[in-house]
Amino acid sequence: MRSLWRTVALAPVRDIALVCLADGVVGVSFGAISVAGGLPIWVPIVMSLLIFAGGAQFGAVAVVLAGGGPVAAVVAGLVLNARLLPFSFTAAEVLDGGWLRTLLGAQLTIDETVAFTLAQRDPARRGVTYWTCGISLYVIWNLAVGVGTIAGHAVGNVDAYGLDAASPTVLFALVLPLLRTTGAARPAVVGTLIALAATPFLPPGVPVLLALLGLLTVGRNEGVDRSAGSNGVTA
Amino acid sequence: MTIAAILALAAGTYLYRVAGPLLHGRLQLSDRFRRLLLIGAAVLLLALVSTSALTQGHGFAGWARVAGVAVGVVLAIRRVPFLVVVVAAVATTGLLRLAGVA
Repeated sequence: MRSLWRTVALAPVRDIALVCLADGVVGVSFGAISVAGGLPIWVPIVMSLLIFAGGAQFGAVAVVLAGGGPVAAVVAGLVLNARLLPFSFTAAEVLDGGWLRTLLGAQLTIDETVAFTLAQRDPARRGVTYWTCGISLYVIWNLAVGVGTIAGHAVGNVDAYGLDAASPTVLFALVLPLLRTTGAARPAVVGTLIALAATPFLPPGVPVLLALLGLLTVGRNEGVDRSAGSNGVTA
Repeated sequence: MTIAAILALAAGTYLYRVAGPLLHGRLQLSDRFRRLLLIGAAVLLLALVSTSALTQGHGFAGWARVAGVAVGVVLAIRRVPFLVVVVAAVATTGLLRLAGVA
């Protein structure tokens, strides 16, 4: 029994470590790209500590390096990060208990943390998963960006290693149990089609938000009971 | 990238993140709304998966990435362990790029 529990507990840790490794390489490339583009070393480092969202950091730096102004960079980053608002409501349950815990833990809300947390079927494990994944990613991401600003040119373009396939694959593997059990499959597929159709025409970040229109396909009384039970959403 | 711009983006991002936890205890959310939030998170995650797998900027991401993610998706659906799923996806994309596929 004990070894079973250990296996159950260790699996997410190993998976989180793998995601940290992949994100670490991406972080190195963020540091490298920023410095190679002519930004001072402190810029990618401070951005990573305070913003801690890879997509928005790459997006904002890309705007600036392409000659856009700081206002355009901020707007692009805020649009890219807008999905964190609905994510923050799903993270809220694990951040209950003390204002310091809430204020510090909120900074760790990011796609991977939310996905790992929601992938835990046992609600009791969600808190420890959120903090383990969040703190590990925060530490690795910032260390990696720092390394990238100094030694990033040795890494080059990480897309050459196929690492751009890692993030979508990781998120898919993590969201799959939710799609299978919560009745989220239909709204998610509809939302995805809307997002893909909108991508050629709208700024990055907006199509993903439009995917929420898929929620209109959720039935009025569908599975309300299940939401309080097997999905671990406590009342 | 000015310090003011970084602080503005950081502050806005933090407000997104802290809104849910701060409002959580204050709002009385119905079961239906809680359920919609959970499904909404799944909707957003799948939309992130597909847009980041298939598109880059406003265009197509290229066959190498699409093929790698497709391999990962199929393996995940077949309940292959997470580690194998991710390594197979990255290896597929990396090897295709090595072979000259964009």
